[in-house]
Amino acid sequence: MTALTIRPTTEDHRIAYMAALAIALMLMEAALPTPIPGVKPGLANIVTLLVLAQYGLRAAVWVTMLRVLAGSILLGSFLTPGFILSLSGAFASLAVLSIAQYLPKPYFGMVSLSLLAAFAHIGAQLTVVGLWLMPGVNVLYLSPAFALAAWIFGLSNGLIAAHLTKGSLDANSTT
Amino acid sequence: MWDKLRDNIKFIQLGDGLILLISLGLVVSLTAHYWLAPAGEKIIIKRGGELFLTASLMHPFTVAIPGPLGLTQVEVYHQRARVVSDPSPRQLCVHQGWISRAGEVAICLPNQVSIEIAGTTRHYDSLNY
Repeated sequence: MTALTIRPTTEDHRIAYMAALAIALMLMEAALPTPIPGVKPGLANIVTLLVLAQYGLRAAVWVTMLRVLAGSILLGSFLTPGFILSLSGAFASLAVLSIAQYLPKPYFGMVSLSLLAAFAHIGAQLTVVGLWLMPGVNVLYLSPAFALAAWIFGLSNGLIAAHLTKGSLDANSTT
Repeated sequence: MWDKLRDNIKFIQLGDGLILLISLGLVVSLTAHYWLAPAGEKIIIKRGGELFLTASLMHPFTVAIPGPLGLTQVEVYHQRARVVSDPSPRQLCVHQGWISRAGEVAICLPNQVSIEIAGTTRHYDSLNY
C-alpha cells in the first residue's frame, strides 16, 4: 500500500504563515467599529506589501487570495456582496502592485506602493458598487470620503510596512 | 514626538512624496466636485430621454410623470427634489432620497424617468425670471 503524502515546500509554509498573519489582522479589524461602512484601515494589506517586497508577486497573490477566501469564511461573508467587494479590491490592488513594484526603488518606497494599492482598492470597490450592487445610485457622491480614507490609511500602512522591512533588512544584514 | 515624526518622514522618499501630493490632489478635487458643488437652482425631469419638465427648486410642488409602467411621483421641497414613488421593482431612485446639488441625478430606469438638478445657467435664467 502506498501512502499518499503531500510534502509542503518551504514556500508553502511561508505563504501559509503570512496568510495566517493577514487573516488575523483582518479578523481583528472586523471587530473595530467604523464611522462609515466599508471604511477600515486594511491592516492585512501591510502583509501583502511585505510579502511582495520579500518574496515577490506570486507569493503576494497567494497570500492575498488565501486571506480574502479564508477571512470571508471565518467572518461568515463568503460569497456575499462584502466578499465580492473584498475580492475585487484585492484583485485591483494586486494588479496595480504588479506594475508599481517596478517603480525605481530609491525614489518610490513602501508608501508609494501602499497608496497606489489603496486607491486601486477603493476604485475597484466603487466601480463594483456603482455598476453591479447599486446601479443607478450616484456612488461617486461618496467617493471623497473613501478617497480620503484611502489616503490616510495608505500612508499609515505604507509607513508601517517601511518600518517593518527596514527592521528585517537590518536583522538580515547584522546576522 | 518630533523624533518619531522625523523617523517616519525619512521613509517618505521623493517619489513617495510626489504620489502623496498627487493623490491628495485627487481627494481635494473629488471633495470640491462632489461636496462643494453649488446648490442646484433647477430641476430637469426627463421621460424616455426627452425633456418633460424644467422648473425652479424655489417653489415646492409635486408632479406625476406617466411612464410605461405607471406614474412616477416627484416632489420638490426646500430647494431639494426627490422621487416619492415609482412603479419600478427595485425602487432605486426612491431610496436615493433627496437630491439638491448641481449635477446630482436620480434615475428610475424601468419607468424611463430621470430627475436632474442643474446649477445656474445664466442665459436660461434671464429668460425664466
